[in-house]
Amino acid sequence: MTDLLQLLIAGLATGAIYALAAIGFTLLWQTSQTINFAQGEFVMLPAFFALIAMNWFHIPLPIALVLAVLASMLLLGAVFRYAVVGPLLGRGVLPLVISTLALSVLMKESVKEFVSAQAESFPTLVPDLVIHFAGLSVSIAQLGMLVISLAAIGLLQWFLGGTRTGRQMQATAQNPTVARILGVPVERMILYTFLINAALAAIASILISPIYLAKFSNGETLGLIAFVAAIVGGFNQVRGAIAGGLLVGVLDNLAAAYVSTAYRQAIPLILLVLIILFRPQGLLGRKEERAV
Amino acid sequence: MSTRHSLLLGLVLLALLALIPADLTNLGIPYPGLKRYGTYILTLWLVTAIAAMGVNLIVGYAGQETLAQAAFLGIGAYLTAIAGKHGVPFGLCFIGSGIVAFIVGIALGFPALRVQKHYLAFVTLAFSVLAWLVFRNEAEITGGVMGVRDIARPIVFGFKLRNAVHFYWFVLAIAAVLTFALWWILQSPWGRAFTALRENPLRAESLGVDVRLYTLLAFALGSAYGGMAGSLYAPLVEFIDPSPFALGPSLLFMLMVVVGGSGTFFGPFVGAGVAVLLPEWLRAWENYYLMIYAVAVMVLMALFPGGLVGLVAFFTRKRSRL
Repeated sequence: MTDLLQLLIAGLATGAIYALAAIGFTLLWQTSQTINFAQGEFVMLPAFFALIAMNWFHIPLPIALVLAVLASMLLLGAVFRYAVVGPLLGRGVLPLVISTLALSVLMKESVKEFVSAQAESFPTLVPDLVIHFAGLSVSIAQLGMLVISLAAIGLLQWFLGGTRTGRQMQATAQNPTVARILGVPVERMILYTFLINAALAAIASILISPIYLAKFSNGETLGLIAFVAAIVGGFNQVRGAIAGGLLVGVLDNLAAAYVSTAYRQAIPLILLVLIILFRPQGLLGRKEERAV
Repeated sequence: MSTRHSLLLGLVLLALLALIPADLTNLGIPYPGLKRYGTYILTLWLVTAIAAMGVNLIVGYAGQETLAQAAFLGIGAYLTAIAGKHGVPFGLCFIGSGIVAFIVGIALGFPALRVQKHYLAFVTLAFSVLAWLVFRNEAEITGGVMGVRDIARPIVFGFKLRNAVHFYWFVLAIAAVLTFALWWILQSPWGRAFTALRENPLRAESLGVDVRLYTLLAFALGSAYGGMAGSLYAPLVEFIDPSPFALGPSLLFMLMVVVGGSGTFFGPFVGAGVAVLLPEWLRAWENYYLMIYAVAVMVLMALFPGGLVGLVAFFTRKRSRL
């Protein structure tokens, strides 16, 4: 029983990080019909920004982390929006799929070639202590991960629902034409979505790299999981992505403990196939309408 | 171009392709042909093009995305390698690879296409990783990471294809038959329904085209091309392990078809050429090749979504207008 509880906590901690990546994924889809196949690499790269700042320029950890978030908002947010997605908007989904696939190859190869081809250790923000409480052994690092990602998610939810800009973003996501008529600066809202996605990816990167180590190929697994989490929860819902991320994280940890490690990766994928078979709109999603 | 002209053009191209690696000095022409490695690369190009033709049918004609073509290649390759070790003749392995890939395609496509457009991409993505896990983990059957060694070249009508050029001709013949088959399908009424589908699925549906059935068949058929390409790939490389059948190569298949020009008939050949032949010429740039390729794809997407074939068409049209 205590084993199960510990696994649950560990699962929620990684799941919350998956949720961060999955939320950005659904946000981009909602506001600009971008299926970002480079999302995994978006989570892989910011850790290397921080490592570059620390190892090449000897900047202390906290400042390096802030710089990593800012750099990813600039490059993975604004530059991605205008240089990669911009020219392809309104041309359907396929060109964007292909372009983001190519971008993922570019990011992976660049890190491998210019930064490091090995797995690099990454400093943790929270000391890796274990506390014992009511027969449970819980790692502080995991609790810290959970708290930070939940705080980021909470902040985002408040921003989207509780501020004027956030509600304008929601309006843009639901119906850009009507939003524009009502005076919402649609273009700026789309840019904000890209910036938020990049910031969430950077936070996820900083949180997950101490556990998985920073490696150029990390994006393959992370992207797949963000993908699965977004679809399982409901492709068009932010809260769907949160639920999907947490669910996949817990399942992943339970699978590693109770199913063979060789097929651990298969569990989220089987979940994905089951969801597509029986509840294609996702656990919390609503059906999308088609138009001629 | 009329039907007769296209057929004629096809035959001329076929003859030229057949001559590229051949040693013509015995015929009095001072052309020594290609070395063994050159012939190997050319054969690899044909095998890749067969699989890319399948992707083109799915992406360019049926308007779907497939992220599992390398997995289908793997199914064909493992089936041919393992059944071949048990003495099954190559012809049976080849046809079996196509049929198995077709059936798996139906099994994947049927549930995915019930939903919405892009779900096939997600299902094939999952399948791609699952297939790779099976190739890697089921070591008793597939040899795991150690792979399957010493895969024999096929024997056709009692004729052993040990010679690289002979095997190349064999693959070329199969590629020609498969290309002709696809061309025939695409210009039949059945194939025109594909084009209608891609241009406007809802309108096609309202005109009585069974969208789901056609898309499903296109996906299964495209996957079968992957399986058959895999069946040729195994005896070509003579050693297979899980890595060429992972998700990454599947994604590269998508890129190569779009780079060549998705929805154009020769696009897959051009795209496969860019992916297989070009790296050989750019050996010195090996480390940067994928990066340059990726940037080129993004630029091409932004400026010429029609791919390289579209680019050529754009310039020839411009000239003829002047």
